[in-house]
Amino acid sequence: MKLRKKLALVLAAFLLCSLVLTGCHGSQGLEAFEIPEEFDTSRTYEITFWAKNDTNVAQTKVYEKAIEDFQALYPNITVNLRLYTDYSRIYNDVITNIATNTTPNVCITYPDHIATYLTGTNSVIALDELFADAKYGLGGSELRFDGPTQEEIIPQFLEECSFDGRYYAVPYMRSTEACYINKTLVEALGYTLPEALTWDFIWEVSEAATAKDAEGNYLVNGQKVMIPFIYKSTDNMMIQMLRQRGAGYSTNTGKIEIFNDTTKEILMTVAEHAATGAFSTFKISSYPANFLNAGQCVFAIDSTAGATWMGSHAPLSDISEDQFVEFETAVMAIPQYDPENPQMISQGPSVCVFNKEDDQEVLASWLFAQFLLTNDVQLGYAKTEGYVPVTAKAQNSDAYQDYLSRAGEDNETYYDVKIQASKLLLDNTEHTFVTAVFNGSASLRNAAGQLIENVTKSINRRETVDEAYMQKLYSDVTALYRLDQISSGSGMVSSERADLGQLPTTSKLLLGGLALTWGLIAFYVAVDKLKSKKKGVKTHSD
Amino acid sequence: MKKIIAMILALVLCFGLVACGGTASKDDPTVKSEGVMTYAEYDAAELNSTVVIETYVQGKQSWWDNQASLYTQDADGAYFIYNAACSEEDYAKLVPGQKIKVTGVKSEWSGEVEIMDGTIEILEGNYLAAVTDVTAQLGTDELAASQNQYVAFKGLTVAASTDADGNEVAFLYNWDGSGQAGTDSDLYFNVTDAAGNTYTFVVEYYTCDAEGAYGADTAVYEAVTGLQVGDVIDLEGFLYWYNGAQPHITAVSAAA
Repeated sequence: MKLRKKLALVLAAFLLCSLVLTGCHGSQGLEAFEIPEEFDTSRTYEITFWAKNDTNVAQTKVYEKAIEDFQALYPNITVNLRLYTDYSRIYNDVITNIATNTTPNVCITYPDHIATYLTGTNSVIALDELFADAKYGLGGSELRFDGPTQEEIIPQFLEECSFDGRYYAVPYMRSTEACYINKTLVEALGYTLPEALTWDFIWEVSEAATAKDAEGNYLVNGQKVMIPFIYKSTDNMMIQMLRQRGAGYSTNTGKIEIFNDTTKEILMTVAEHAATGAFSTFKISSYPANFLNAGQCVFAIDSTAGATWMGSHAPLSDISEDQFVEFETAVMAIPQYDPENPQMISQGPSVCVFNKEDDQEVLASWLFAQFLLTNDVQLGYAKTEGYVPVTAKAQNSDAYQDYLSRAGEDNETYYDVKIQASKLLLDNTEHTFVTAVFNGSASLRNAAGQLIENVTKSINRRETVDEAYMQKLYSDVTALYRLDQISSGSGMVSSERADLGQLPTTSKLLLGGLALTWGLIAFYVAVDKLKSKKKGVKTHSD
Repeated sequence: MKKIIAMILALVLCFGLVACGGTASKDDPTVKSEGVMTYAEYDAAELNSTVVIETYVQGKQSWWDNQASLYTQDADGAYFIYNAACSEEDYAKLVPGQKIKVTGVKSEWSGEVEIMDGTIEILEGNYLAAVTDVTAQLGTDELAASQNQYVAFKGLTVAASTDADGNEVAFLYNWDGSGQAGTDSDLYFNVTDAAGNTYTFVVEYYTCDAEGAYGADTAVYEAVTGLQVGDVIDLEGFLYWYNGAQPHITAVSAAA
């Protein structure tokens, strides 16, 4: 009788293990969110907001004020802020927390990252129905604040949050890249800035700036250090160059196209100018601003959201005051191959809402996410850097227009370089683009930058960059970022886990093998126990 | 029979323990294996050239995405290893004193001379560098000679930093106070020497202590968040460089 019980236990354990194992196959996550009829204000809610700032205390204060103002309107909702200074840390923490259903409620993020979050079942809320909800949607009748309608969100920015025909985020701030130029040095070299920068112009002037005297001092600045052209984000550099050339990067469904001949041409050009010392990158040399402000760089390409670090009178700086030199700063759009048809990246944080078991809690989260689009928050944050608000309501407001008109009044709120950077995007919104979003697009973006970094490093290390090198580089980068494992075709964006169908034969055989093994173990244990009893062997020492 | 088995097991256990105890090694930190550079050779090597060194972990700055950054030193000088390929499992093995061989490229980033794109081989051997008091070199060009070394500063006074609200405080979360408690914010604080010169020191959030703890779980993080303006303190840490000396502090105590 006892033996049968033990056998039954062993079998039960096996069955449980099997269930757990098979349960992993196409398991269900959270139930889909349904918008409640009414927001239950008799209850209290505590929501978490994971936010990113650019290590900029002014941005922290905007977040804190937004929370304070929101809680004054909704005293039953408490918002807990967790600050990050790095998107990749947020991404990593969210991925970790999806598995345990402990994601934040509201999160600043990039669309590339959301594509990965969506591999968790119902993890991220699709916002289409919420947008349109008459009571709590954009411009809804029951909102306690004056938020934008859907039409008032800049359509281009909103579209960046849409994949597979659904909106999974709202834009929060937008920026692009700008070329911050030491105009004084350009003119000292005998050049005049054109109306629109071209790659040819940048390379030509950069090469001219590499000339040295007999003592090794650069002629253009009289210093021992000069890196004429420094690019902060080399992934953006590659992406924009390919786009401007009409070359492949990826398809919308995730087919990788970056390893093409145009990419190779671009890399050979990078190699040529790295070899003369005309070009370097942030990862290899340091922040472009540090060199620009010390008169050791002519062209510094960085985000418009980094404008407060750029220029002779930059309010933020990592170098000491005695290292600054006086020069005229020009802020221009990034160089183009075809200036008649400019193209530049659109970037900046978006906000997504995570699903929870309690629909009321999700609704509270959505109300807060929406509050981040109100004019006070939008203008407050946009003024901290060269960001632009994402709503027409904020962009067209008197307060924002007044702000833009006061460029140069001081070197803080009205710092001219910062406001010029914002205007650059406002004037070029129709020329911006984003890359396709799919599960793996974040890796592809990293790979794009890695190609430029590797070539530049190899040149610095006196390695030969030729056709064979390129073949190996393509292969190494593919392996490093597992680009060969990105599946194309579906875009991999779905809030519902795909129906994986029946288990494959190999899996069935494996499970069958496991069952047989457990059975044999159970049989052996039982027989051994019987033998022990018969022999009267003690199983414990005494 | 049982006794024999027990004795064999005990012996195996003893030998095992001895093998694990790096401090028992007779390793000499001045002796290098064949094909490995001396510190002088490393120091003389050109930037962007490949270097091969043997060194000893003194501190761990961070691990992320299978890359480790380490403060290391041998008997003659220090080497900062930046983002070397390293699994999380191997990172756990890199306790202070652990001997390693690093092959990488000598580079410079904002004044910090480091080895990047490196690989790490864990070797048998152990050495902990003695701390060097560099208080007298603060603010002088001579300080650069101790770059990346395990150093001490004695009798410095905590000076006020200004937070986001204009208040005078003893430390900031992040360089401008944009961080907050409970997050991965580095700590920045100012200290003044006897001559009245002020310097900014940093506690890196992800730098591990000897037990492998980091962030708010470390004694140094707790000590710095408990500082008051005017406190006179002794400090130890690694002499990192970012546009000038930026010591990464690992220990703070009331001045002796």
